[in-house]
Amino acid sequence: MSTMTDTHAHDHDHHDHKPAGITRWLYTTNHKDIGSMYLWFSFIMFLVGGAMAMVIRAELYQPGLQIVDPNFFNQMTTVHGLVMVFGAVMPAFVGLANWMVPMMIGAPDMALPRMNNWSFWILPFAFAILISSLFMEGGGPNFGWTFYAPLSTTYSNDTTALFVFSVHIMGISSIMGAINVIVTIFNLRAPGMTFMKMPLFVWTWLITAFLLIAVMPVLAGTVTMVLTDKYFGTSFFDAAGGGDPVMFQHIFWFFGHPEVYIMILPAFGIVSAIIPTFARKPLFGYSSMVYATASIALLSFIVWAHHMFTTGMPLASELFFMYATMLISVPTGVKVFNWVATMWKGAMTFETPMLFAIAFVVLFTIGGLSGLMLAITPVDFQYHDTYFVVAHFHYVLVSGAIFSIMAGCYYWLPKWTGHMYDEKLGKTHFWCSLISVNVLFFPMHFVGLAGMPRRIPDYSLQFADFNQIISIGGFAFGLSQLIFLAVVIKCVKGGEKAPAKPWEGAEGLEWEVPSPAPYHTFSTPPEVK
Amino acid sequence: MKLTRSTGWAIPALLATGNVMATEMPLNMTQGVTDISQRTYDLHMTIFYICCVIAVVVFGMMFISILLHRKSRGVTPATFHESTTIEVIWTAIPFLILIGMAIPATAVLTEVEDNSNADVTVLVTGSQWKWHYKYHDYDLEYYSVLATPRAQYENYNGMFNGNSEIPQEKGENYLLEVDRPLVIPAGKKVKFLMTSDDVIHSWWVPEFAIKQDANPGFINEAWTKVDKPGIYRGKCTELCGKDHGFMPVVVIVKEQAEFDAWMNEQVAIAAKAKAEEQKLLSMQMDMSELMALGEKTYLASCAACHQPNGEGLQGVFPGLKGSPVALGDMRKHIDTVVNGVSGTAMQAYGKQLGLKELAAVITYERNAWGNNTGDAVQAKDVNAVMKGQ
Amino acid sequence: MNSDITQQNIKLVKKLVVIVIGMFGFGFALVPLYDVFCDITGLNGKTSDVAASAENVQIDKSRQINIQFIAINNQGMPWAFKPVEKQVTVYPGEVKMVNFYAKSLSSKDTVGQAVPSVSPGKGAAYFNKIECFCFNRQPLAAGEETLMPLTFYIDQDLPLDVGTLTLSYTMYDITDAVNAESASTTQTGE
Repeated sequence: MSTMTDTHAHDHDHHDHKPAGITRWLYTTNHKDIGSMYLWFSFIMFLVGGAMAMVIRAELYQPGLQIVDPNFFNQMTTVHGLVMVFGAVMPAFVGLANWMVPMMIGAPDMALPRMNNWSFWILPFAFAILISSLFMEGGGPNFGWTFYAPLSTTYSNDTTALFVFSVHIMGISSIMGAINVIVTIFNLRAPGMTFMKMPLFVWTWLITAFLLIAVMPVLAGTVTMVLTDKYFGTSFFDAAGGGDPVMFQHIFWFFGHPEVYIMILPAFGIVSAIIPTFARKPLFGYSSMVYATASIALLSFIVWAHHMFTTGMPLASELFFMYATMLISVPTGVKVFNWVATMWKGAMTFETPMLFAIAFVVLFTIGGLSGLMLAITPVDFQYHDTYFVVAHFHYVLVSGAIFSIMAGCYYWLPKWTGHMYDEKLGKTHFWCSLISVNVLFFPMHFVGLAGMPRRIPDYSLQFADFNQIISIGGFAFGLSQLIFLAVVIKCVKGGEKAPAKPWEGAEGLEWEVPSPAPYHTFSTPPEVK
Repeated sequence: MKLTRSTGWAIPALLATGNVMATEMPLNMTQGVTDISQRTYDLHMTIFYICCVIAVVVFGMMFISILLHRKSRGVTPATFHESTTIEVIWTAIPFLILIGMAIPATAVLTEVEDNSNADVTVLVTGSQWKWHYKYHDYDLEYYSVLATPRAQYENYNGMFNGNSEIPQEKGENYLLEVDRPLVIPAGKKVKFLMTSDDVIHSWWVPEFAIKQDANPGFINEAWTKVDKPGIYRGKCTELCGKDHGFMPVVVIVKEQAEFDAWMNEQVAIAAKAKAEEQKLLSMQMDMSELMALGEKTYLASCAACHQPNGEGLQGVFPGLKGSPVALGDMRKHIDTVVNGVSGTAMQAYGKQLGLKELAAVITYERNAWGNNTGDAVQAKDVNAVMKGQ
Repeated sequence: MNSDITQQNIKLVKKLVVIVIGMFGFGFALVPLYDVFCDITGLNGKTSDVAASAENVQIDKSRQINIQFIAINNQGMPWAFKPVEKQVTVYPGEVKMVNFYAKSLSSKDTVGQAVPSVSPGKGAAYFNKIECFCFNRQPLAAGEETLMPLTFYIDQDLPLDVGTLTLSYTMYDITDAVNAESASTTQTGE
């Protein structure tokens, strides 16, 4: 690749060859290398977390405790959640940001390349600590990824300190990543690249990064309080010492609700890049998309208690949080309408990225509508902590966030590798995923409405048939992702040569550099008209 | 459960895969048996239908454009990409829809939260992993524990394989049955005060549309008025540790007269049991009797944590086999079982089990699994520790 | 990268780090903020832990309030603990004294701490305690029994739709914490 045309030949400080061997990856400060590492790491975590989901679904395949004991089952649900949220979805978005943000705004690299290296390399250690705790005496964290006190303090096992430590490291990594994104976008935009000209992926990531630096420190504070409550005799969450376990939930969800938008806003950005490309028509309502994203982010700070309607809140607070939560569906609706309007009267083709993007719009909307149902407080008393909630957040996180990441990968793979991926295999992956993800999560709505609580290792007999279907869907979805691995490996190894702009309708700076993107791009800033 | 009229939208065909024992699962939220649960259900359906309409419109537009506006049909893409008017319209319409949703939701919620003027008050206390009910207006309180035998659900370790004494076939109310259900009178406003002894639990009876968290150190309220006598089943819905999935709620609603009769009977039984305990003090039970009762009690009350083989779960729940407590000072052992260990998951069983059961289970722990101390603990030994003598 | 941009970067990073540190602090600031929030909204039925004064309180004879008393032993609390009267009826503004009975069933000296909670939560702000055993720790010797007084009145401004208030006390065993505080010998649970 060192033979690639260097478009900036006069810049003698940069040489377009990479150091070789393992040290290249250890010491790299190149945004593309780091982006690739983030993406591979997140895929590995996706498989690890997926394997845990398979254990959960295998245990729930039929009534009775067949495979694992309830304590281990709880560890599986907990670590599955943590790994998927902090290990799969978030690093995947950071990886995409690393690769694409500098290329989209015409910057030579991320603004803080050394910190970039650090923020990636501490991540494997965080997850090594978390996952290794599963094999220790007493097992890993078993109190749910939401680690409600006092289950996670007085009543937790001895490895809780490791859980706290690993969450701290994950938080530091995310914060460093977010700072890097903000500084890059603020200071390294090419001349003429005004804020309102930035691609939506950059916009959504900028807003996400602000959410991250606002709430990850709060998460760090929360786990610190759990740590001191458990080991150092404080009583933040212990009523005996004047604390309050419900306060834990308030502080946790003050972090937790913006966190769920952290996991979906970049997805909006990806989909807003893909749909116009394959509809061959500019994105409808660009500025309203930006404002909608910003209002979703702002509203996310005042809706946290909708996770806690059953904790016993006064009527006035219940009403406030219900109204505020319902309000979020307005800007979210605007986004969906804009995507549909972008497709309207376009000239669409349906390559794999577009298929995933369309599936995203449909399935995310289903998740959004069930979210609206969950916002209605009196009905939420019936939905809360049942499989209906599980169905809801898997629709927005799996067929939402993960599908958008898949879409993004297919969309930019030619740019990353210089080869076209195998379209047939990609489509196979899409259809297998689409069908299995619905077999997996759609019946959960019914199971939840019928009254099956979440986080239980065994259930009464009426739920047996549906759980069997769900498990089969789960295994199928898990296996389908191996097709994705095959596509990516095949594409990295070779394939049809990709032109600089492999998609007819694509727009943006990233398509102006050759494919694969040279090791250094935009060492001289491009001129944006 | 019967399928309700409005579940026609679901896909009954999904039920086709066969599990003969399984009762049919309703495909929708229960309408329940109270006014509130009915109104909750109606609200749920209203919101659901609105969501369906929104989905049909949005997805309809999308699929029309997928069908018509595709390159393979040779269309030229339009270039429009902005319209403030349209943006305002599709911001305003959802907003109006939301107001339409919020009005009935607020009405129902206000009624749900109206806890005033209850006829009967019950204190519901969650603990790992059972419920405790205490009638505020009567002299009666008791624990309510899962009645499904361990042999029916614990299939992973082969411990119960081939044990023909315990029925292993899962019954109709598998995991939804308890030894002593809560009994409330029909047609009366019953107030539930929720709290917890240890971690957060959540008391849920879908048919009453009550789901309320039980927070340690704090009380929460919920209320119901059930007109139709019957048996109603629910579950704990807040992750509360290992056996979270094994602490069901069962409520029996009886007509007032029947309820009164039941209450009188229970109070009498409780009083009689107290009197009998005095007799126990002078009684000597022999070792085999103690061990038999002890094993039964152990499996019901202790095995969830300390495991049927007494080995506990490493790093989570200490084992009893060869443990210093089970092999050491008998008084200390009794004290641990009776009063629990504060700040740990070890509960105080003094209030949960009778003197006889306590004596038996401690004897069992001191002699089973090779803990051959030979100690036979008697009711009077336990009583001495309980009375602080 | 030219030094101009590097300067800008450093400046921006500094600002962002300040935000991060500020938000970490804000996480902890939520603890006292939450208490304020509870006071205002009556969230969780928290009552004030300082003694109120009953001077200049008018008695409102136009309605009566039922007060239910609940006593709960937290797990591992080796006491018998119950209200002497389960229920009283008072006029708003009327000062009333009730007793709670406690007996230690432990063979050791124990210290208890009662944690109050009022339901419905919106009534908590109107429940004024003039004297309460929950303000202090309760040490009991092995086998000792005691009557613990609570003197209170209900504020007249109690919303009209609240006819019944429930006051619960959860008794916690804080012997270990007290011992750890007073001596260097730390007792640990098994």
